[in-house]
Amino acid sequence: MLKILKYSFFDLMRSRWSYIYFLFYLSLGFILLFLNQDVSKAVITLLNIILVLTPLIGTLFGIMYYYNSREFTALLLAQPIKRSNIFLGQFLGISLSLSLSLVLGLGIPFLAYGIFQSTEIFDFFTLLLIGTMLTFIFVALAFNLALIFDDKIKGFGIAILTWLFFAVIYDGIFLILMLVFDDYPLDNFALGATIFNPIDLSRILIILKLDISALLGYTGAVFQNFFGTSFGMIFSFGLLLLWVVIPLIMIVVKSRKKDF
Amino acid sequence: MIIIKDLHKKFGKVTVLKGINLDFPDKGIHTILGPNGSGKTTLIKSILGMVIPNHGSIEFNGKKILGEWEYRNEISYLPQIANFPQNLKVKELFKMINDLRPGAKNESELIAAFQLEPYLNKKLGNLSGGTAQKVNIVITFMFDSPLIILDEPTVGLDPVALIRLKKLIHEEKGKGKTILITTHIMSLVEEISDEIVFLLDGKIYFKGTIDQLKQQTDQDNLESAIANILEGSYA
Repeated sequence: MLKILKYSFFDLMRSRWSYIYFLFYLSLGFILLFLNQDVSKAVITLLNIILVLTPLIGTLFGIMYYYNSREFTALLLAQPIKRSNIFLGQFLGISLSLSLSLVLGLGIPFLAYGIFQSTEIFDFFTLLLIGTMLTFIFVALAFNLALIFDDKIKGFGIAILTWLFFAVIYDGIFLILMLVFDDYPLDNFALGATIFNPIDLSRILIILKLDISALLGYTGAVFQNFFGTSFGMIFSFGLLLLWVVIPLIMIVVKSRKKDF
Repeated sequence: MIIIKDLHKKFGKVTVLKGINLDFPDKGIHTILGPNGSGKTTLIKSILGMVIPNHGSIEFNGKKILGEWEYRNEISYLPQIANFPQNLKVKELFKMINDLRPGAKNESELIAAFQLEPYLNKKLGNLSGGTAQKVNIVITFMFDSPLIILDEPTVGLDPVALIRLKKLIHEEKGKGKTILITTHIMSLVEEISDEIVFLLDGKIYFKGTIDQLKQQTDQDNLESAIANILEGSYA
């Protein structure tokens, strides 16, 4: 598995898009810090960008990599290598290279600014951790979709829809339901609904960490009420881990049954 | 070496293999023949574990292969279509395969035999079909495995390369290996096969030597014997 990981990782590292992704975060970090001069504001702005962008890039790279490397995969399948190792290796290769672009791209400007002297260091680390988790989650989801749909166009379309669903549509439906069922107690429903959206979970986790109640929103407030700040963070982090693990198990199960 | 029992495979609504029972003994060249879409490649891919059968079992050296992967150490496989990662150089591909599967032996001799030196620094996506097939052949034969599976090995090869390939197959046979080949080139079949298996509509229509097939169909050359079977099946 490590060898597959190595090849996928270096394959992506040689690709132009990894550099563009890295340079985007690098310039974003510098611009935010020089315009703002305030680390905590910069972290909040970054939060909103990371919550939308890492899932999108993870989905796109995941699905594109799978379809583009089908030949390579077929070559590997005839070699004495365990099936699940091929796909898990590729998954880790993509996720790690994307995470590296994120961590280095944002880490360099913040280091240059002196994040280690600042009190916000842990907020910043939480942010990077969440970006990494979201990358892993959405690459895994993209791999699942790619394994289901052999048709490239179909798989690609559904992957984009999945991202759109979690990033935008989910919240929309949620808000409409809240408005419609205004008269009923919705706390438990809101809690339950949050669990099923990794982007919402990440938002709550980081806002609990930042301790800005104005940004918590309804679900965040319910979350904080229900679990308290520190337990709420552990709980949401645990759920995010599940969001990584379950799609990974699904990749292993699906790949075992698939014909190539 | 390989024992196949009651193998069934469906792709969606299309049933490709309808109960294959086969036994490939050690040593010798076995040719799998059959019209397009008769299930040759599916059968081969089942042996490799790339296609998971709906029903039936395959044993390799006495062990069931379902979910296993170590047994592929003993197989060299030449896929039908030479699909390689497009932006890798030929040299890099060889290096990568060597890294993923240690134990390659005569890589440089094979590269010389198929005159691939000028292409080593070219990208795989820019190779012609025949050259890509030569790369494919080098990758297959550079491992010293007891079982060699060749799916349409002659596609796109020029006459010189074809002679080299036949020589290679003979050499490997001389080492006491088992070789499975699918092809549509009847002259090649007559030249090298010890035994042929004829697939028709996902079933085994005939298994035996070329002489037996000629006798059974009452024809005096292989091509017309095969044509005889096919016309019979279309009618």
